[in-house]
Amino acid sequence: MKIGLFIPCYINAVYPEVGVASYKLLKSLGLDVDYPLDQTCCGQPMANAGFEKKSLEMALRMERLFKEYDYVVGPSASCVAFVKENHPGILEKKGHVCMNSKKIYDICEFLHDVVKVKELKAEFPHKVSIHNSCHGVRELHLSSPSEQNIPYYSKLRDLLSLVKGIEIFEPKRMDECCGFGGMFAIEEPEVSVCMGQDKVKDHISTGAEYITGADSSCLMHMGGVIKRDGLPIKTIHIVEILASGL
Amino acid sequence: MSTKHSKAAASFIANRQQEAWHDETLWMVRAKRDKMSRSLPEWERLRDLARDIKLYSNSHLDTLLEEFERNATANGAIVHWAKDAAEHNAIVEEILKQHGAHTLIKSKSMLTEECGMNEYLFEKGYDIIESDLGERILQWMNLKPSHIVMPAIHIKRQEVGKMMERVLGTEPGNSDPTYLTHSVRKDMRRKFLSADVAMTGANFAVASTGEIVVCTNEGNADMGTSFPKVHIATFGLEKIVPNRAALGVFTRLLARSGTGQPITSYTSHYRKPKEGSEFHIIIVDNGRTDILAQPDHIRTLNCIRCGQCMNTCPVYRRTGGYSYTYFIPGPIGINLGMLRNPKEYADNVSACSLCLSCSNVCPAKVDLGEQIYRWRQKLDELGRASGEKKLMSAGMKFLMDRPAWFNTALKFAPLANQMPRCLVYNGLNDWGKGREMPTFAKESFNEMWKKNKIK
Repeated sequence: MKIGLFIPCYINAVYPEVGVASYKLLKSLGLDVDYPLDQTCCGQPMANAGFEKKSLEMALRMERLFKEYDYVVGPSASCVAFVKENHPGILEKKGHVCMNSKKIYDICEFLHDVVKVKELKAEFPHKVSIHNSCHGVRELHLSSPSEQNIPYYSKLRDLLSLVKGIEIFEPKRMDECCGFGGMFAIEEPEVSVCMGQDKVKDHISTGAEYITGADSSCLMHMGGVIKRDGLPIKTIHIVEILASGL
Repeated sequence: MSTKHSKAAASFIANRQQEAWHDETLWMVRAKRDKMSRSLPEWERLRDLARDIKLYSNSHLDTLLEEFERNATANGAIVHWAKDAAEHNAIVEEILKQHGAHTLIKSKSMLTEECGMNEYLFEKGYDIIESDLGERILQWMNLKPSHIVMPAIHIKRQEVGKMMERVLGTEPGNSDPTYLTHSVRKDMRRKFLSADVAMTGANFAVASTGEIVVCTNEGNADMGTSFPKVHIATFGLEKIVPNRAALGVFTRLLARSGTGQPITSYTSHYRKPKEGSEFHIIIVDNGRTDILAQPDHIRTLNCIRCGQCMNTCPVYRRTGGYSYTYFIPGPIGINLGMLRNPKEYADNVSACSLCLSCSNVCPAKVDLGEQIYRWRQKLDELGRASGEKKLMSAGMKFLMDRPAWFNTALKFAPLANQMPRCLVYNGLNDWGKGREMPTFAKESFNEMWKKNKIK
C-alpha cells in the first residue's frame, strides 16, 4: 500500500509542522508513505470564489503527481473534500476521469477507516475542544452532522480517545461554521469575523485549552481572531496531538 | 471587495447586541427543530420520501395539475391559471370587481408577496388586510417580511408595543405579548366580520382530491374564510402533491422543520365552496416552469417554504433578512433570486460560507449550498463576478500552475511577517478586519522535504 502525502498550499507555507506530524504519524504506523515533490494547490480557493475553470490545471497536476499511489492522504479535510467532490466534475469537462477522487482520504478518516488504528503512543495531558469543520462533517462524514437524525459518531473523537491524558470537549453548537469559507472571509469580512468570534467563544466556554480539528484553514481563521482579541485558547491540528512524542 | 449583501451585513453586525439577539433567537428555533426531528426515528426516511415525491410531482405537472383542476372543478371550485404575476393580480382584481368588493382579508402568502399583489391592489383603491399577526404588524409598520415563516422576527416586542399605542391606542408602555395579541384580536374581529372577500395561499394542493391545504398557527386563515362569500386561494404550481398519502409526508415535515412543532395548530383542507359562496383557485407559474428547464437548480422546486434553511444559516442569523436584495432571504432566497433574475440578484451569492448546513437541514433535500456554489461559477459570464476576486483567483492560478514560482514565493513569504503593522493592517486588507495575519513558516514543507529534513 503506497501512500502519497497530500500537502495543501497553505499547510506547505504556513503550517509545515502539520505536514511533518502527518508524515511521522503515518510512518510510525509502519506505512509506506511518500511525498510527491512540488505540490501546490488543489484549486478550491478559486473554485469557491466562482472560478472553477481556473482550477483545471491544478486538478490535472494532482492527477499526475499521485498517479502511482494507492492512496492520497492529506491533513486538511476541506481540501480533500474538494478533490473528492469537485475534481471529478472539473476534469470531466476535459474528458478526464478523476482517479484521485476514489483514493483520497483526510488523514483522520484514513487512520480511522482504512488503517483502523486501535492504539497510539501519543500523550497530550490537556483539555481540547473538537472543531467539527463543515466540509469534514458534511462532505467527508468525519462526524454525524447535527442536522441529521442519525446516531452520534465522531472519528476525531475516536482517534483523540487513544491519546493518553487528554480531555475531550465539543462546543454547544457542535458543527456551526467558524466563518472561514475561503474568499468568503474577505468578501464578507464582518460576517466572517463575527462568526469566528462566536465560534471561538463557544470553544472557550467548554473550558478547553486548545481548539483542535482536521482543518488548518478553520484553525488559521480562528487563530487570527484569537490573536487579535487576545483570547485564552490556542489552536492545534489534530495530527499534532496524535503524533505527539514522535 | 464588497457586495450589497456584505455592506448591509456589516451595518447589521455593527449593532452587535441586536445581531447576537437575532442569532440566538433563530438558533433557538433550529434547536427546537432538532429536538422535534429526533422524536421521529423515521425522520431521514421522510426527508428522502419528500425529495422523491417532489421530484416526481414536479416532473409530472402536466398530468397532476390537470387532475387537480378536474377534481377541483367537480368539487365546485373555479380554477384559474396565471402564467405570471401580472395575470395573477389581474385575476384577483377581476374577482373583486365581479363581486363589487372593496376589502380583502388575507392570510400569509409568500406568493402574493412575490406577485406584488398588495401594492397592485392598494393602487387600485382596494383595502387589503393581512390577518397573520406578524404580517399585520409589518403592514402597520410599512415593512417587508424579513423571514418567510416568522416575518416580523427581527422586531422586538417593545417596538411593536409602541407602534400599537399609535394604531390601536393600547396602554402606553405595555408590551406584554398576550396583551398586545388580545388587542389585535379585538381589532381583527371587526375586520373578519366585515371583509368582502377572503384570500389564502396554499401549502399544498392535492391532485387526487382537488383540495388545497393551508397550515397556520393562529387560525386566521380559517377565521378569514368563514364569513365572506368569496374565497380565493392561490398557489405556485410546485405546491401540487399527487394524493393524501403524499400530503401526509409533508404535513409531518413542515411544522417540525419550520418551527419545531409536531404540527401546525390548524391544518385546514379546503375542498368545496360553502353553500351560496364561491371558491376560486389560482394556479400560478410565474417562472416556475423555467426552473424545470435548469437541471442544476431543479430541486429549488422541492422547497415547502418551512424557512429552516434561514434559521440554520450562520450568515442569515447574523445579518438579518433585510441584508439580502431578494424578498426571500437566506439560502433558498439566494437561489430563488438568481432564478428570478441572476444579474439583478447576484449580490446575495456572497452570503454563504458553503458550510452546507442548509442542505442538511432541508426537509425536502434541496441542495441549497451546492446550488450557490454553481451560481458562483456563472457570475463571471453574467458580468457580475467581483473584479478583485477574479484578479486574486488569476494570480493564484498563475502561481499554483507553476511550482517553481510557488516555491520561490514561499522562500520570500516570511519577509511579509516582518512588515510594519501599518502596511499590513490597512483599509485594503479585508482579512485584517478583526483577524491577525497567519505567519509564514521560515521553511516550507516542500523545502524541508527536499533537504531531507523530514524523517
